[in-house]
Amino acid sequence: MHVIDLPASLDYKAVDALLDQAAASDGKALIDARHVRWVDPCGIVALLAAGTRLRDRVGTQPLLRLPEPAEVAGYMARMGFFAAADGIFEMDGKPPRRATGGESDVLLEITPITTNSDVHDVVDKVQGRAGLILSRTLAYPTSAVVQFSVILSEVCQNILEHAEAPGWVGAQAYRWQKRLGKNVLVISVADMGRGFKGSLADEHSARFGDRWGDATALEAAFIHGLTRFPDSGRGQGIQQIRKQVRRWDGVISIRSGRARIADVPAWDDTPPLTDGMQDFPGAQITIILPARTDDES
Amino acid sequence: MMNPEPSLPPIQIDVGSLVQRSVATLYSHLVTRPTGRAVRQAIESLLDDAGDTAFSLIDLSEVTVLDFSCADEVVAKLLSRYLEADRPREAYFVIRGVRDLHREPIEVVLERQRLATVAQGEDGSYQLLGNRSAPEDLAWRVVEARGRIEPHELEEAMPDADQRSALADLVRRHLVFADARSGTVHALSRLAAGPA
Repeated sequence: MHVIDLPASLDYKAVDALLDQAAASDGKALIDARHVRWVDPCGIVALLAAGTRLRDRVGTQPLLRLPEPAEVAGYMARMGFFAAADGIFEMDGKPPRRATGGESDVLLEITPITTNSDVHDVVDKVQGRAGLILSRTLAYPTSAVVQFSVILSEVCQNILEHAEAPGWVGAQAYRWQKRLGKNVLVISVADMGRGFKGSLADEHSARFGDRWGDATALEAAFIHGLTRFPDSGRGQGIQQIRKQVRRWDGVISIRSGRARIADVPAWDDTPPLTDGMQDFPGAQITIILPARTDDES
Repeated sequence: MMNPEPSLPPIQIDVGSLVQRSVATLYSHLVTRPTGRAVRQAIESLLDDAGDTAFSLIDLSEVTVLDFSCADEVVAKLLSRYLEADRPREAYFVIRGVRDLHREPIEVVLERQRLATVAQGEDGSYQLLGNRSAPEDLAWRVVEARGRIEPHELEEAMPDADQRSALADLVRRHLVFADARSGTVHALSRLAAGPA
């Protein structure tokens, strides 16, 4: 059995290593999460994507050994991980039950995106919950909740329109004490579809010739706004998300296939372009929005 | 002697309730391309019952979230359809109830498609949104300030030939209404307000 050990911090920095290991595995796998002490929406969504990849490749569900700290497993339950993981993982141990009723600190639980109405549901949920979190935790103006909803809507539609496969979205705000000394909001989206290269290949690969690959496809969509649709109104979703994330001094990065592309502010060290990773199907999008400081407010 | 106001009763379209009817749900947010497409098609069918010329007030007052995909479908594609050579009829649009949170998606999709529209903000003031030249902007302001310009007033209202040329562009782009019989040019805001 192929064992994938998860790191203590299963956050956005750990996503590529997890996806690479899942892509490289070709037998029954065990994902060992016992030593995970910290997990964010990127880690949770990547775990679902990795599990789906392993299940689809081998034909049997990978085994997931749960985190030992009760608070980590409890958080994953509150985020809706175990509900979303049903049918993807065989659980080694009994997952904690998701608490019902009462207020949750979760901004957006892991939500499967398979239809247009899922996107409406996400926007409805966020409109109801995000105002306080964005204003209190991130010191964003009240109008930011609408801009935030638009980001989520566009990023989820990317799954439906380009991936042509189901995906997940999740979001949570928390404190990055060591890394940034302030609160951040982390949004993660992943799908198991055909990726940017697959989506753009028919329309655009010829003009790139030998240079065509995951990195060039990501550059074409991310930087130049190309899509597979001839309609000139298309392709602005990612461009507008990038613009808004830049205004909020945030990070946006997209992994698709073997490459990852990113818009990186001064406070982060993610490389703008990484290529040559394992070939992971679909796409994974990370958005990190830091709290505004007093002089920005 | 002034020419009479054209008989162009506005068709009022409340997008907030139309989105609920069109997509058969209780959603009130204008998000996703399929939702936008359904709303645009519903607007187009409402215009089917109009005569040769339709004047429509698209009301966004009840819409909180408008994303870029929906703005492209509901605003840009709608305007574009009624400017095409094979358009079903002459149609003029004013987007009402435009708030700051709507302005950016509308501006972005209009700029991208090189379109413009007349918009009315929550405070009741009118403005042009989207792609337009400086002379077009100036000519539109002159028409807007006067409400209407009779043919014999044109040289006095717009002494500069470039401005008059820009006015012709505004007529072609359906950003003002030119009465074919009288030649009078009307600000869409005046038509939206109805007969004085």
